[in-house]
Amino acid sequence: MKSGRIHRRTAVAGALAAGLAFPVLAQQGPIKIGMSMPLTGGLAAGGKSALIGIEVWRDDINAKGGLLGRKVELIVYDDKSSASETPAIYSKLLDVDKVDLLFAPYATVPTAPIMPMVKQRDLLLMGNFSFQVNRTVKHDKWFNNAPWGPADSWARGFIDLGMKAGAKTIALIGADQEFAQNLMKIAKDVATEKGIKIVYEQSYPPSTVEFSAMVRAIRAARADMVFVCSYPPDSVGLLRAINEIGIGDSVKLFGGGMVGLQFSSVMESMGSLLNGVVNYNSYLPEKSMQFSGTTDFFAKYQKRAGEAKVDPLGYYLAPFGYAMGQMVEQAVNATKSLDHKKLADFLRSNEMMTIVGPIVFGPDGERKESATLMAQFRGVTDKNIEQFRNPGKQIILFPEKWKTGELVQPFEKARK
Amino acid sequence: MFSWELLLDAIVLGTMVGCFYAAVSIGLSISFGLLDVPNVAHPALLVLASYGAWLLGDFDIDPILAGLLLMPVFFVLGIALYRTYHETFEKRGSDAGVRGLAFFFGIAFIIEVGIIMAFGVDQRTVQAFYIGKSIEIFDIRIPMRMVVAFAMALLLSLALTFYLSKTFLGRAIRAVAQDEGALRLMGADPVAIKQWAFGIATAVVALAGALLIIVQPVEPTLDRAYIGRTFCVVVMAGLGSMSGTLLAGVILGVAETVVLTMFGASWAPAISFTLLLIVLGVRPQGLFGR
Amino acid sequence: MMMRGLGRGLGFWIGAAVFIALAFAMALTIRNEYAFFAGFVVLQFIVLATAWNILGGYAGYVNFGTSAFFGVGVYTAVFLLKAVAAPLWIQIGVAALVGAALGLGVGLLTLRLRGIFFSIATVAITIIAETLITNWKFVGGATGVQLLRPPVTSPFDSYNKMLFVLAAVMVVIAVALARHVQNSGIGRGLRAIRDDEIAAECSGVPTLNLKLVACALSGALMCAAGAPSAMYLQFADPVSAFNLNYSVSALAMSLIGGTSHWIGPVLGAILLATTQQLLTVTISSEINVLVLGVMLVLFVVVAPEGIIGLARKVWRLVRRGAP
Repeated sequence: MKSGRIHRRTAVAGALAAGLAFPVLAQQGPIKIGMSMPLTGGLAAGGKSALIGIEVWRDDINAKGGLLGRKVELIVYDDKSSASETPAIYSKLLDVDKVDLLFAPYATVPTAPIMPMVKQRDLLLMGNFSFQVNRTVKHDKWFNNAPWGPADSWARGFIDLGMKAGAKTIALIGADQEFAQNLMKIAKDVATEKGIKIVYEQSYPPSTVEFSAMVRAIRAARADMVFVCSYPPDSVGLLRAINEIGIGDSVKLFGGGMVGLQFSSVMESMGSLLNGVVNYNSYLPEKSMQFSGTTDFFAKYQKRAGEAKVDPLGYYLAPFGYAMGQMVEQAVNATKSLDHKKLADFLRSNEMMTIVGPIVFGPDGERKESATLMAQFRGVTDKNIEQFRNPGKQIILFPEKWKTGELVQPFEKARK
Repeated sequence: MFSWELLLDAIVLGTMVGCFYAAVSIGLSISFGLLDVPNVAHPALLVLASYGAWLLGDFDIDPILAGLLLMPVFFVLGIALYRTYHETFEKRGSDAGVRGLAFFFGIAFIIEVGIIMAFGVDQRTVQAFYIGKSIEIFDIRIPMRMVVAFAMALLLSLALTFYLSKTFLGRAIRAVAQDEGALRLMGADPVAIKQWAFGIATAVVALAGALLIIVQPVEPTLDRAYIGRTFCVVVMAGLGSMSGTLLAGVILGVAETVVLTMFGASWAPAISFTLLLIVLGVRPQGLFGR
Repeated sequence: MMMRGLGRGLGFWIGAAVFIALAFAMALTIRNEYAFFAGFVVLQFIVLATAWNILGGYAGYVNFGTSAFFGVGVYTAVFLLKAVAAPLWIQIGVAALVGAALGLGVGLLTLRLRGIFFSIATVAITIIAETLITNWKFVGGATGVQLLRPPVTSPFDSYNKMLFVLAAVMVVIAVALARHVQNSGIGRGLRAIRDDEIAAECSGVPTLNLKLVACALSGALMCAAGAPSAMYLQFADPVSAFNLNYSVSALAMSLIGGTSHWIGPVLGAILLATTQQLLTVTISSEINVLVLGVMLVLFVVVAPEGIIGLARKVWRLVRRGAP
């Protein structure tokens, strides 16, 4: 609804207002940052939230006088959540709009086709929550804002928690879509490596309507841990079915890779059904995760998101969009340049402070150390979105440095 | 790891899911099956009704009740849609098929975008006392919302079967499906009857939409997943057969659930659509067609 | 009469040659890559719409499985690339053969299925094909697969320019085939099938053979159009490759252009694909989907014969107006 044009117009208006204060510098023209974003289609809910995070950064930086004394302008096009749209869009950004810097679209699928392109042209690309998208391309100017870290750290966090609680067997379920399948494969490898027995393994098509039958089969397998890699509609379907059918007393740990439980609309409608689930997350308003600028950011974000009918909490993606901007900001200010090689060198070899904590990159452009949270839902009540703004509703169990509580298990007990 | 218990579970649950499929297809069974209108906007209307139920849910109105409340609105909407379709395609005569299809596709896209602009892209669910509970039948725990869907599907198909065979207007609708010319000779206006029937078909969609949001979360582009499924049920049933629609839905639901439990969920869509192809190849008039 | 026919044929081939030469010249002179990215997509849709129209427009069999053929084309290319590192032209050639075979299979369905039943059968084929690919790990399965391009060969300085010229050649092949079908006995037979299949059969038209030819040709062209898409995106995943969008677009473009003449789908594809490319980089929101919906409804309601029909009407008016 409100994308490219309107955003740019506000950017120009901002630039004009600030231009009066810095008449000399403004003549250079703005620094253009180009990206596509899924604003329609299956990924749109995330895309819109991530974009607001980036926009808040743009306004903050422009209020401070911009980068290198130049205003920052965003150029955003809708990629319809599809891989087939992004090559043409990024070519437009580079060859027609002549942008200075590139941000990647939210999620893996739209990002995948532009990886070879930025490698061939040797350009810096700031990644936006894609998963292992640089694995085959091996581009040295790719930096992902997501907290994932090494590919297996995510599944490792979950399985370690389970092993500490005495789990010896695992059930794996995942949707037949790219991200879920990637994650499931990794989980399988980690489980095998740790000597955990896989007692049930099932992939299901994304169009699956009813999960009761699958939940029954999982229960029959009597696993100690259930690692779930699901997308928003199936996350809801699975949790409902578990609530109705029951998963059995054997299960100590349930969750892991359920996409959707980070989105406000889902959290609100699921309410108390969420209790007990141990799921991944990126950022949570727990006491251990208050960094410089965090509170300020969410105040601004939540105001805008309310107006735009976008995810009102925005913890999952938006702060990382802002952090993406902060990293670029630090690199540009330190190198005093927009040269992609210099910027990449800086990003690769420095620790950057952001509103989601300090960020250090490994050689593959992913975080050097995983900062993916494993958190357990506790004491969540129905029909209340505000409760999630307070600490204590999602207890961080992993990583150690941000830990705010201990695991409650078995799962059926933690649900009460 | 074969177990009879799981198979039995799968069959019982599959029947429930199948009845749900029948419920969301039954409107199409009238509009497409009896009236020959290539209504590919049917699933989009379904999702629209779900959003209606979600909206009314904010006023603490039960989704089923919301569906009932929406029925008159959708009845009028259906009449308007059929009017437009009739004036532009049926009246002009030949080659309505492809263009009619394109027309309804256009309508479906417009509905999709309308929902996005009005309610955003977030996934929506509703609350009701029967959502999140289960009941035990023969040692099998079944989600209550599936039981509700099951009961509604049975009621709907019974009511429609009764309506189409026992009431005057219902018989007229069946007559118009079989021989429009004969009806005209008898002095009845086939267009008025078809318009009425399309109104009823769309009103039924309102209720089915409420069922949809009871069974699964809804987002604006969900209709695309239901195009194949609903047409599959209607065609497999044999055009215009209400009880056939119920049976075809159950066959699909059971096939899907059994494959999902016993073999590998990944193959479920391929199985059900291969089933459809076989039915089409062997018996093009459908399993229960005239 | 003969001379005139020959003259028109000559005109077409001169036009085609000029078109390819122009595409080639563009590739050698224009430096802005965006023109080739967007241009490739437009050309691809011209091939798809033209292919769809051979069966859907001339014979009246509405194929709703354009995306099945397209996706199979994409994955034929992926398979050949992964298995034997086949060069692009082999990928396209094999994809065309696979498409023709699949088309024959679909053609056999027409033995028993007419009208909307045929369309629904093609939907079923799409879903089955997508499920098969999703479960086939060798070509990446559900996770998708990233592909790396081989270095480009001269005279082109970028792979996209080469793909663009290639797509231009494919457009000419597709349009020439469609034109040949339309003007030959095949086209007359197909039109007879569309108007009344039983009557056609009774008057000795070899309906099955004609339908099989049309299905095979249409299928081959659609798969061939899909094949270079793998190298264009350098990525393939089942959801994108079997996107419903291809089915709807091919149908919409043909209808908007007009189905009675080969120029219809070409015009429709140029209009719709260009609009969509433009909207993507201007308004860039759900309005894009809305435009497609509104255009579809408007055209089928107001101009049922598409752009061709409109042009004919205007032409008639002009002629009547002239003394």
